[in-house]
Order: sequence, then structure tokens, then C-alpha cells
Amino acid sequence: MKVFETRGLKKSFQEFSALKGVDIHVNEGELFGLIGPNGSGKTTFFNCVTGTLKCSGGNVFFRGKDITNKGPDAIYKMGIGRTFQLIEMFPRMTVLDNMLLAIQESQGSMFGRLLTMNEDGNVKRALDLLGFLKISHLRDEYSKNLSYGQQKLLDFGMVLMTNPKLILLDEPTCGVEAEMRQELMNYIRDLNKQGHTIIVIEHNMDVVMNLCTRIAVLDAGEKIAEGTPEEIQNNAQVIEAYFGTEEDEEC
Amino acid sequence: MDKINQGMRWQKMVAGSLCGLVLLILPSVIFKSQYFLYLSSLACIYMIVSCGLNITMGYAGQISLAQAGFLGIGAYTGALLGSTLGFWVTLPLGGLIAFVIGLGLGFPSLRVKTHFLAMVTIGFTVIVYLVLMNEQQWTGGPYGIFNIKKPSIGPFAFTSPAAYHIVVAVVTFILLFFAFWALNSPWGRAFKAIRENEGRAEMLGVSIRNYKLMAFAIGAGYAGVAGGLIGPLFGYIDPTMFALGFSFLFLLMVVVGGLGRFEGALLGAIIVAILPETLRFAEQYYPIIFALAAVLIMIFMPKGSVSFVDWVYKKLTGKEELQLTK
Repeated sequence: MKVFETRGLKKSFQEFSALKGVDIHVNEGELFGLIGPNGSGKTTFFNCVTGTLKCSGGNVFFRGKDITNKGPDAIYKMGIGRTFQLIEMFPRMTVLDNMLLAIQESQGSMFGRLLTMNEDGNVKRALDLLGFLKISHLRDEYSKNLSYGQQKLLDFGMVLMTNPKLILLDEPTCGVEAEMRQELMNYIRDLNKQGHTIIVIEHNMDVVMNLCTRIAVLDAGEKIAEGTPEEIQNNAQVIEAYFGTEEDEEC
Repeated sequence: MDKINQGMRWQKMVAGSLCGLVLLILPSVIFKSQYFLYLSSLACIYMIVSCGLNITMGYAGQISLAQAGFLGIGAYTGALLGSTLGFWVTLPLGGLIAFVIGLGLGFPSLRVKTHFLAMVTIGFTVIVYLVLMNEQQWTGGPYGIFNIKKPSIGPFAFTSPAAYHIVVAVVTFILLFFAFWALNSPWGRAFKAIRENEGRAEMLGVSIRNYKLMAFAIGAGYAGVAGGLIGPLFGYIDPTMFALGFSFLFLLMVVVGGLGRFEGALLGAIIVAILPETLRFAEQYYPIIFALAAVLIMIFMPKGSVSFVDWVYKKLTGKEELQLTK
């Protein structure tokens, strides 16, 4: 069953077309990879899907509902969480506050939250996740004081706070040390086994080929291939997009 | 374990609140001089305004120079309706009217930021000032409104400066307590998130519109209530008491005290209320010394004078900083 789908998704920045009618569908419980060379439109795709950028054309469906151009806050509350390629934190808020912020707006009404003094349940969940990510000792540290890798882990922790139905991971292992990368991959697999649908953008081919069951390839805003990791690895068009043709090399 | 923690949390909150209330009321008991009582009441009123402005500006990051206008709205509501409705009705009513107008004024903050937003709020204060000055049949124009009475409950009238200070102190306590509560609730975190990274906050479900409007309206409502306390304190009001310059004074309180720090805004209000009075010996030079003191505080304590309190706190306890809110 399709849980997520884009039909003819387009995004233009004045003359430049970043997405030229992308059709992608992801089934429930799938671990889907989205790859492509730099500037192929992967992050723009995430931005359009999560409401950060307004789509220029086409539609986005989530669990059968058209969510095209809905606000980012509404889309988040529907159950689509994401991480970021370029880290987006709240620098003068502690690690724990960053984690708690990720869940608070999905609970109760705005005025109900004003009366909330006891957040023990959320704090426990946040500390458990920080413990798993091995950064619980940084709970009271301002997030601006964290290293790049630690911020990446915090970003990952934040997306898990609400237990979203669809998780979009934008280069989750970039800048993370090798040992933690392996653990993160295992955790992503575990999440997937628990029934979460996940879309991963990743530059590291080892990660994406080992992790994903199905992969789509974007190049210059167009989907040029889709299939299993083996099919993608042997696809001539994909190889050309990544490594260029022999003529290019001669040039 | 959780129950014990929660019990301790409540105990701490009750103990802290009682200390705060005693500190606010204390001047009524210890000061006999009318002048010191007036100064204490003024400092309380300033604390209300700067606490509200700190929510708008220090926490939610929305600059506002409209506080003098809201103060005027609260003061004139009390002065014009006080004789018919009574002080205890017009005080919250003035706050409510300012709150509702603040909601309206919050809408530009959804479209413009920083100095553009400052211009919008300056415009608002100027409009309020001009209305108060020119609508003479309602507001008394430049002559203002005289003989504003101090409140009473049944046979007990709070006419003496010490008794009126108790009224001001209790109202201040209630408003500071609410602000403290709100800033320690998830609202405080949402306000800070908007200040830090609006786009990302929205992607975590924070309704930028609702929180920004509330931050603006709370700041306005606080200034409105503070305005309702000013009339009975002075016995009269006129439009010059709500001119644009006072908006800058309130801005100064929050910045000199410590932007985005609950205790900072209160400290700033006390400094700004007391410093000019202690400099009276300097006669015509006092504004220069006052301005110089403010500049020196900002140079040596860029995070506001609350960083001096932090320094003392660190010396005494070894902890990084005294933070009353999250």
C-alpha cells in the first residue's frame, strides 16, 4: 500500500527548474533511497514535500491525502519528520530543550501546553534517545557547543521524538564517525522493522546500497532510474550521471 | 522517585513565590518616606512592563517600541472608566484592551522583522500619543486627567502610599508569577525557538503565527495593566507620560538588565527606576551620567547587568549562571 506519493512534482527558481515533474511512490514499511549527483534536486524534493518550499506544480500525497503546499507545521503534525543536510538547530537552547521542542507541539492544544509543568514522560523519552545516540552527557549543553557529528546525532534524535509515520533522512551519516555510522544504520534498520517508512538521501553509496530495498535516482531534477540496489548499480544511465561518459573524460 | 521530584518542584515553586511576594511588599513595611514608597511602586510598575516586553522581545525575538502606547491605553482606560466601573474592574480591563490591540499589532510581525517592525511599533506609539493629545473632549488633551483616586475594598481605602504600594506589589507579583509560569511551560521553549530559528521551529510544528501574536499580546497586556497602576500612583495622567521616549526607556530596561533572562528584565527595571533618582545631585548633568552609565553597562556587560549577578552567583556556588527560567 502506497503511504507516500508525488505526482509530477515540479519546483522552479525563476528560470531554473530544480525538479521537473518527479513521480515517486513509497510503500508502507519501505526503506527507500533517493540518490543523485550534487545539485540533482534531492534536498529540494524534501523541502517541497515537507512544506518548506512551495511546489511549482504537481502533487504530494501522504496516506491518501493531498498535502501539496500545506504549511511545514501542519505536515510535521501529520507525521512526517525529517533531518537536515545542513544542520538546523536552536543554538542557544540546550540539547534537552531541542529534543523536547521536537515533541511538544504534537501534544495537546496550545493553551493546554501553557498549563503543562510536568514533562517527565517527554524528558524520559528524550534521555533514552540521547542515551542511545551516546550524547546524553551533553543534555544541558547549548547545541551551538556541539561538534558537527554530535549535532547530526541530535538532529536524528529530534526526528525520532515524535515517532513519525514517515521519516525523511537527509544524509544522516554524513560527518558521523565510522563506528557510530554503523550503529546509526542498524538503528535505521530497526526503525524500519518496527514499521516506520523511511526515505533516505545519502551520498555514501555503501550506506544506501546496504540499507535500502528500493532506490530512485535523480539527475538534474529528473528521475532517471528506479529499482533495487542491484538494478541501480548496473544501470548505464545512473553510471553516466555519476561518473560521466568516456567522451566527458577525454574532454 | 518522580513523585518525590514533583513534590520538591512544587515546594521550590511555593517557597520561591512566597520569597518574591515578601520582597515586593517589603518596601511598604520598611520605608516610611513617601518618596521611597513612590520609587518602589514605580520600580514595580516598570518591572511589569519590562517583564512583558522581555517575553515579546527577549524570548520571542520581536522588537517592540509600542509599550508606551499600551501603557497609555491602560492608564486612560483606568482614568476614564475608573469612577464608574471602579479600579478593580478597569485594571484588568485596561490590560485586556491592550492585549486585544496587541494581538492586532502582532500581525505586522508576521510579515516584517527587526528595524522594519520597530518602525511599525513606533508608528503605533505616535498614533496613540496623538489621539490622547488631540481628542480633548475624551482625554483632556494636553491637560490630561486629574484627581485619579486610589482604590479601595469596601471600607478600606488604599490611600496612603504604603497601602497603595501593597496593591502595586500584589498585582506585580501575580503578573510576574504568570510570566514565570508561562516561560517555564512549553510556551517559553516555543518562544525561544522562534527567536533562534523561525523556519526550523515551524518545521517542528510550532505555529509561528499563534506564538508570535501571543508574545506580542502578552507584552501589550502587561503594559496595559501597568498603565492602570500609574494613574492612582501619580493622581493624574497626561499624554507626555506615554510619549515615544518611554518606549525606548522600556527597551533600555530589558537590554540593560539582560535580554531573554527573566531576572534580567526585573533588574533592568529596578536600575532604570532608581538610577535617575540617585543622580539628582548632578542636577542638569544627570541625563548625561545616566546615558553614560547605560553605555558602560553595555560595554562591560554585553549580556546585561544580570551577568554581574551571575558572576556573584558563580563565586558563591561554583555554578555557571543563575537561571530562574529554563
